[in-house]
Amino acid sequence: MRTIVTICLFLAALSGRASAQNVSEKLPTCLACHGESGTSQTENVPSLGAQNSPYALIQLFMFREGLRTADPMNEMMKGVADADLQAFADAIAKLPQPKAAEGGDAQRMAHGQVLAGQNHCNMCHRADFSGQENVPRLGGQREDYLLKSLREYKSGIRHGYDASMADVVQPMSDADFVDVAYYISRAK
Amino acid sequence: MTTPIHTRTLLMAGLVAGLFAYPGLSSAQQQQPAATPAPLPSPTTNSVLQDAPNSPDAQKLAPVAPPPIATAADKIQLDKLKLPKGFKLEVYASGMVNARSMARGDKGTIFVSTRLLDHIYAVTDKNGKREVIPLYKGLFRPNGLAFKDGTLYIAELNKISKVPGIEDHLTDPPKPTLIYDNLPSDEAHGWKYLAIGPDNKLYFNVGAPCNICMPPDTHAQLRRINLDGSGMEVIARGTRQVVGLDFHPVSHVLYFSENQRDWLSEDLPNDKLNRLQHPGKDFFGFPYCHQGDVPDPVFGWGRGCDGVTKPLAKLGPHVAPLGVRFYTGKMFPKEYHDALFIVRHGSWNKTHKLGGDIEVAWLKPDGTVKTIKPFLEGFLQDNKYIGRPVDILQMPDGALLISDDWNGAVYRLSYSTERVSSR
Repeated sequence: MRTIVTICLFLAALSGRASAQNVSEKLPTCLACHGESGTSQTENVPSLGAQNSPYALIQLFMFREGLRTADPMNEMMKGVADADLQAFADAIAKLPQPKAAEGGDAQRMAHGQVLAGQNHCNMCHRADFSGQENVPRLGGQREDYLLKSLREYKSGIRHGYDASMADVVQPMSDADFVDVAYYISRAK
Repeated sequence: MTTPIHTRTLLMAGLVAGLFAYPGLSSAQQQQPAATPAPLPSPTTNSVLQDAPNSPDAQKLAPVAPPPIATAADKIQLDKLKLPKGFKLEVYASGMVNARSMARGDKGTIFVSTRLLDHIYAVTDKNGKREVIPLYKGLFRPNGLAFKDGTLYIAELNKISKVPGIEDHLTDPPKPTLIYDNLPSDEAHGWKYLAIGPDNKLYFNVGAPCNICMPPDTHAQLRRINLDGSGMEVIARGTRQVVGLDFHPVSHVLYFSENQRDWLSEDLPNDKLNRLQHPGKDFFGFPYCHQGDVPDPVFGWGRGCDGVTKPLAKLGPHVAPLGVRFYTGKMFPKEYHDALFIVRHGSWNKTHKLGGDIEVAWLKPDGTVKTIKPFLEGFLQDNKYIGRPVDILQMPDGALLISDDWNGAVYRLSYSTERVSSR
């Protein structure tokens, strides 16, 4: 993981500050960690494929402003102009949709499905977990990243743009997070 | 053992909903006799989505987020907005992402807060040249702002601070001094509105930490403190979330907007305009009663709306009323004197959006509402936002400043008789 981060930072330093024309040049740097075809093969690094552009824009903005902290994203986004944030977000939305993980223990899937329903994940994130507008796609996302995100919302390490996720995870336990992440990453 | 009625009802509803929503569940459970079903959420579950129906149309609704990039001034669609004759709206300042509440310094600085960011902006006007200065960064949802006697007061999510003499230090502002932090840290409805009353006290809200739940004693209320942070009093209870406060210019009574719960229905409950006649006594209904006359389907059994202070007006379902401002200036026609401007930020929990406008309420001599009329309309176009108004600030010349957190801008609303007579 650390090697990949180092490589990414090295590449980022090489490519310099992005301008509108350079977004397509810099995108390979992003994909080195986040995965060539929209699916991340890197532990705890999210897949970006088919991510909703308004959500991606908000997250890139939050990284740039330091409203959300995640190494190396804050460094990567430093000084990136508004127009380029938008261009990155639009490019991300065009990446192929990540494939849901295969298999899944029937009992755990059933339990996860119940939890996702009770906690209304399938409302804002929609029944197929494709999200909408500023609400992210969860379908096909890496299980470890989903789990990390839920835990960080609960502990307050990660603030959302608004208070929605902080509100939603309040009554959920860590065991709930484990099962929901298991289910959503595999839900088809 | 008897189960409280509301818990039993919720359990039954949950079981029925569960069986219909998850057709595969019962067969999966038959194959796995060791599976234990997950416990259903208790009625005190804090969730913006508690009670949300699982229908496809309901799933299309989610809290809307304003763009994190401010709209360029020339791209703001002022031409789409409708105003009464003689009134004009122009961009006062732009480039302030998530512009929210406003306060005016003694020396004319306009302070503008944010809710989703960690910034406070300062707008200076030197000989007509306007400049936006990023004043503070790194604050925690610093939505509340007030100014008195040279001192700026800032209400973050869980603390209130002051900065004396700020206007002499706009480019090198000192660290704010904490005056009050006996506040919960719930993100849900945690952001604050701040106002200084005629009694020289700071007034603010502590919202309910949920969409619908039994709030702790520390939540769903209005409080006031002295300017040094001492002497806290809870002056109103049962208020779900309040993001707009102003005092009647003559009676000094506190008027405020209140946001009601989501996910009950498309058209209920209405958000409210309230008046606090008995500080420390009035109870505004949450969680038992909404809009003054609709008992909550879970919490309302038994006491319903008994003893609830009714709203002065129902402002429309889900419209998200924010800033309220009594007009005391001399620029607008006489009929607007002591009238109350009300911002409707606009809905998200409604298929056909409502709000995105400003209304004016005229009061009777007894302080109740005589009539409410639309004033500034058009921030909703084809069920989409082209802007969302937030707060109103009166300027010394009688113009009104209006903030918009969608475009990241502040507008100036002015009136001229010349505009009325000319065609």
